[in-house]
Amino acid sequence: MSILVNRDTRVICQGITGKVGEFHTRGCLDYGTRMVGGVTPGKGGEEVAGLPVFNTVAEARDATGANATMIFVPPAFAADAILEAVDAGIELVIAITEGIPVIDMARVMPVVKASKSRLIGPNCPGVITPGQCKIGIMPGYIHTPGHVGVMSRSGTLTYEAVWQLTQLGHGQSTCVGLGGDPLVGSSFIDILAVFQADPDTHSILMMGEIGGSAEEEAAEFVKHHVTKPVAAFIAGRTAPPGKRMGHAGAIISGGKGTAEAKLAALRDAGIEVAESPADMGTAMVRAIEKRRA
Amino acid sequence: MKIHEFQAKDLLRAAGVPVLAGKVARTPDEAAAAFTALGTPVCAVKAQIHAGGRGKGKVQGSEQRGVELAKSAADAKRIAAGLLGNTLVTIQTGPEGQLVRQVFVESGCAIDRELYCAVLVDRRVGSPVLIASTAGGMDIEEVAAKTPELILTEPFDADRGLGAYQARVLASKLGLPTASWRHAESFFRKLCAAFVDLDASLVEINPLVLTKDGALVALDAKMTFDDNALFRHKDVAALRDEAEEEPAETRAAAAGLSYVKLHGTIGCLVNGAGLAMSTMDLVKYHGGEPANFLDVGGGADVKQVTEAFRIILSDPHVKAILVNIFGGIMRCTTIATALVEASKTIGFTVPLVVRLEGTEVEEGKKILASSGAKIITADGLTDAAKKVVAAAKA
Repeated sequence: MSILVNRDTRVICQGITGKVGEFHTRGCLDYGTRMVGGVTPGKGGEEVAGLPVFNTVAEARDATGANATMIFVPPAFAADAILEAVDAGIELVIAITEGIPVIDMARVMPVVKASKSRLIGPNCPGVITPGQCKIGIMPGYIHTPGHVGVMSRSGTLTYEAVWQLTQLGHGQSTCVGLGGDPLVGSSFIDILAVFQADPDTHSILMMGEIGGSAEEEAAEFVKHHVTKPVAAFIAGRTAPPGKRMGHAGAIISGGKGTAEAKLAALRDAGIEVAESPADMGTAMVRAIEKRRA
Repeated sequence: MKIHEFQAKDLLRAAGVPVLAGKVARTPDEAAAAFTALGTPVCAVKAQIHAGGRGKGKVQGSEQRGVELAKSAADAKRIAAGLLGNTLVTIQTGPEGQLVRQVFVESGCAIDRELYCAVLVDRRVGSPVLIASTAGGMDIEEVAAKTPELILTEPFDADRGLGAYQARVLASKLGLPTASWRHAESFFRKLCAAFVDLDASLVEINPLVLTKDGALVALDAKMTFDDNALFRHKDVAALRDEAEEEPAETRAAAAGLSYVKLHGTIGCLVNGAGLAMSTMDLVKYHGGEPANFLDVGGGADVKQVTEAFRIILSDPHVKAILVNIFGGIMRCTTIATALVEASKTIGFTVPLVVRLEGTEVEEGKKILASSGAKIITADGLTDAAKKVVAAAKA
C-alpha cells in the first residue's frame, strides 16, 4: 500500500515535447513508472521517449486510460493545462511548473474543489512511491520503500529529509511535494488525512516553511485526527520579515507566518520538532521511539 | 515588486478608484509650483520611498517627518527641502533608513472618518479577499492582534469580482451613512477589479477616508505586484524603481538567481528555496550568521554559478562561503565544474566549504579533489556548518 500513486498508476505528461518535460518523462520511465503518453497541443501523432503524443488530454485519456498527469507546461499556460486535465476527469493532477501567477491559481482552485480530481502543486517536485511509481523531478535513488509518509512545501529539502531517513534505515511509503506557492491544490491537512488512513504508512514527517498558516492548521489537525507519530521541520527561522525567500509563498508578512509561531503550534500538538535541518531524520526516529516507549 | 504611492494612485485613478489630485516633485521649487498648480488651501507633502510608516518616520538628524501638511507654496518648498536628498527612517526601513528622491504633493480634503481597506489573496480561503476596518490610519497588524473583531473580510471570485451586495455588507458593518453606500459599492468593486486585472499581490488603502460630503477617497495607497505575472503587464513592470532596491538583489534577478541580502558573515550558495532557508538556519544553529539567502535553482549553469559567487563576494562582510547542493535535476558534476571555473576566474579571497550530495555526487567530488582549487569539503550538513562557522571566525 501507499498513497496517491502505485505501480498501476497510468501517467501522461502535459508538455512532453518540451526539453524539461521530455527529460523528466525519461527519468520517470527509467524509474519504472507506467508512463503511457503525453500531450502537446498541435503535436499529436508525434512520439517522445517511445510514447505517443496527443493534442488534448481527453484524447490521451481515451487512448491510454491515463488516471494521472504530470504538468511541465510553461507558467503562462499552466493554469489552463490544469483545467484541461480536471475537465478530462484525470484523478491525480501533479503540476510541477514554477512561476504560475497567483490570480491564475485563484481561478483554478474553485474548479478543482468542485471536481473529483486531486491537484498536487504547483511549484512542487511531485509524488513518489518508492520502488513503484515516480511522478516528478526528484532523484529516484535516494528513496527506499518503507513506512514513513513524507510531505513538504520544498523540493530539495524533501530530498535532504528522505536521504536522512534512508541512511537511518527508514524507508518511505510515499513522498508528496505540496509546492512552494501561496495557492496549492493540496495542503498538509489533505495529505495528513490520506496518510492517516493508509495502513502502510506508520509515521509521518513534514517539512514546512515560513509564510501562511498551513503548518498551524496541520498541527491542529494532527492534535485531533492523527494517531500516528509525526515529526516536523520548519525552514526559515533566520528569514527576515517582509522578504520573499525564493518561494513565492515563503514570506513573513505582518508578523504572521513566522517560524516561531509554527514551531510552537507543532510542539503544542505533540509533534516532534527537528531543531536543525540535519535533525529531520532523527526527529522522525525520536517520534517513533517515543510512541513505542 | 513594489511601486511608489504616486504610481499606485495613477493606476487606481485609471481604474476608476477615487484618489485626490497630486503632483510629483524632485526639487523644492517643483514642490512649490505643484502646490500653486493644485490650487487647494492645504496640501500634503509626502516622501516617496518603498516603505511604510512615513507619517511617523523622521529624517535622520532632524525633526522633519515623512508626511507634513503645507498651507502655502513656501511651506511646501520648506518641507520638500527637508525631505529631498535626505534619509528617512521609518519603522519599516530599519535604522539605516532610505534616501528620499521625490515627494508627492497632494491636495487635501475634508475628512469625516478614517477607515482601512486592503485586497490580497487569502491562502486559507484560496481566493482574493477584501479586508476592511473602522480602525483607519492605524497599524493594522496591531488591530488584527488586539481587536480581531474590527477586521471585516469578504472573499470574492477572481472572475466575477466583488458583488455589489458584498460591498453593501461592508458599508453597513463599517457604519457608513446610507447616502454613501453607492460610493462604497463603486469604490470597493473597482478596487477589487484593479487588484485582479493588474495581478497585484497587495493593494492597501490606509487610510481610506469618508469625506465630509459623503464620498470615499484613497488617501494613501500601497501596491505590490506578483512577480510571476509581470510578463503580461509591461506597463506595470516599467514602474520598477531600481534605486529603491538592493543592487545585489537586482543583479541576481537579472541572472535568474534568487538572492536576499542579510547582515551576517557567511555567504550561502544553495539549490532550492527550502534548502537555502534551512542552510541559513543551520549556520545560525551552529553559531554563525548568514550573509545572504541564495537559491541557484534547479538548472543553473556555470555562468550563473559564477555570477552567484561574484554577488556573494560583492558583500564586504562575507568571511567564508558555504556551498550546499543536493543534486536532483542539478547534477553535482555541473556544480563542481562551475566551482572550479569560478575559482579560476574570480579567485576566492575567503574560505570555501562545499557539501555535495545527490545525483553524480562521487564524480562531482572527484572533480573538486583533482582541480587543486582551495576548497574545504564536508560530509553532511552538520560537518559543513561547523567547518564554515570555524572558517569565518578564523
